[in-house]
Amino acid sequence: MSARLRTWGPAIAVFILGIAAWEGLVRGLGVERFLLPPLSDIGRTFWDDRETFVDAGIFTFKEALGGFLLGSGAAIVCALVLARWRPLGNALMPYAIAANAVPIIAFAPITNNWFGILSPFSKIAIAAVICFFPVMVNTLRGLTSVRPESIELMHSYAAGQREIFRRVRIPNSLPYMFAGLKVATVLAMIGAIVGDYFGGSQDALGILIRRSAGIFAFEEAWAAILVASVLGILFYAAVALAERLTMSWHPSIRGGRTE
Amino acid sequence: MNERADVVSLQKVSKRFERGNVLALSEIDLSVRPGEFVSLIGPSGCGKSTLLRIVGDLVAPSSGLVVVNGKSAEQARIDRDYGIVFQDAVLYDWRTAAKNIALPLEMLGWDRGRRAERVRELVELVELGGFEQHYPWQLSGGMQQRVSIARALSFDPALLLMDEPFGALDEMTRERLNMELLRIWEASGSTVVFVTHSIAEAVFLSTRVVVMSPRPGRITGIVEIDLAQPRNADTREEPHFFELVTQVRDMLRAAGADSADPISEEEEELIAAEEGLTP
Repeated sequence: MSARLRTWGPAIAVFILGIAAWEGLVRGLGVERFLLPPLSDIGRTFWDDRETFVDAGIFTFKEALGGFLLGSGAAIVCALVLARWRPLGNALMPYAIAANAVPIIAFAPITNNWFGILSPFSKIAIAAVICFFPVMVNTLRGLTSVRPESIELMHSYAAGQREIFRRVRIPNSLPYMFAGLKVATVLAMIGAIVGDYFGGSQDALGILIRRSAGIFAFEEAWAAILVASVLGILFYAAVALAERLTMSWHPSIRGGRTE
Repeated sequence: MNERADVVSLQKVSKRFERGNVLALSEIDLSVRPGEFVSLIGPSGCGKSTLLRIVGDLVAPSSGLVVVNGKSAEQARIDRDYGIVFQDAVLYDWRTAAKNIALPLEMLGWDRGRRAERVRELVELVELGGFEQHYPWQLSGGMQQRVSIARALSFDPALLLMDEPFGALDEMTRERLNMELLRIWEASGSTVVFVTHSIAEAVFLSTRVVVMSPRPGRITGIVEIDLAQPRNADTREEPHFFELVTQVRDMLRAAGADSADPISEEEEELIAAEEGLTP
């Protein structure tokens, strides 16, 4: 128990200090509330209207989750296909890397035209596309960066491609894939919220933030931002937990040296 | 000695790498009889690792005939007639020592009980008791290589191919594993083809040492190692051991082992590995 405290103690102390500093500095220095409202006011605003905030959060989180599942799923399937048929991979990889550099969020207003402004699909599409590339590129790297001897060993057992994927390439890709998935959780939340900014259902978190800021309800806007932050962190933590459960063998997880 | 009785039979085997148009091996003739321990020794880049991979059907020869266990090298590979050990242990990080050893057995469809039984025997053979549930990163280099050897022996292949298995280990560990390998070889009764850089290692372990010339690799001579079996730490002190070491060294020198080599061992292995992947 005391070892736990020693590990987590400093982080908890920083958290408490951070909150105290926010509250203290904003009140002490008399910071204007349109710059940054005191945390306690934001908290009160959230509590008074908690149902609206939580519902909006869940609404937008569903968009992000939908996009994440769709985009990451497609990315993993694509990575498997490109790793299996290397000439195809070589032909498409330059474009995938180029597409990865495209600021996909710029397409947000366009997807509203594609799927209808009120359809959650217009936000899911943005989140999905934005998740796709980091997951695909990472997973593909994990599938292909296998030591030649590992493959030779499989050949010595007369293993076919299926078996090589199952026993070597896929397990080898897991650390890379999870690195991509963790990035994708953050991107999915960004995609969904920015997608909301360009219009859509009034229940969405992005709309709530934009509208509140527009009518000088800064405490409300900040409360919504904090809801988005907490959801983003929980989303990330869920994937990190899945990573720990899947890769219990990995030295970074078993408290050993990392490579 | 007819061909069927030989575990390995090579006739006029040559290998030219397409990339760089390098002649790596030139007209290799070699027979390995059952129960023999044959070492291939030569300078970096003499193609000894490539030759081992040709026997294992991991690299295709450009010309010549390769017969393993009385069949084509490809058929022998498909029949799992050999186990292979590389310089790096090549363990899968996500498997414990026991599961790494059991990998070929899983692929052969052995049931869980039979696998566990066999792994127990092998762990005892390579003296890894207590480390079965350790992951590779928790094992020392020497222990990793023992896992690799146990894995290669797991399905009791007729032939064991070893590509500088102790090359990356320190001298102490290396000598200890040399002793253990001899014990394992005697216990398993398998045939070993062993690639090494070390003259002392080759002489200590082998029944025959095959000396190869720099690129293009040719067999320049074969030294029969008539040291008494079983060998032990004292073997290294015998005058005859030193005579044989000298004999091998002179043969290497005569073959021009000192001459500069244009392509490094690592490059050669890389080329060999890549060609092996895309046959």
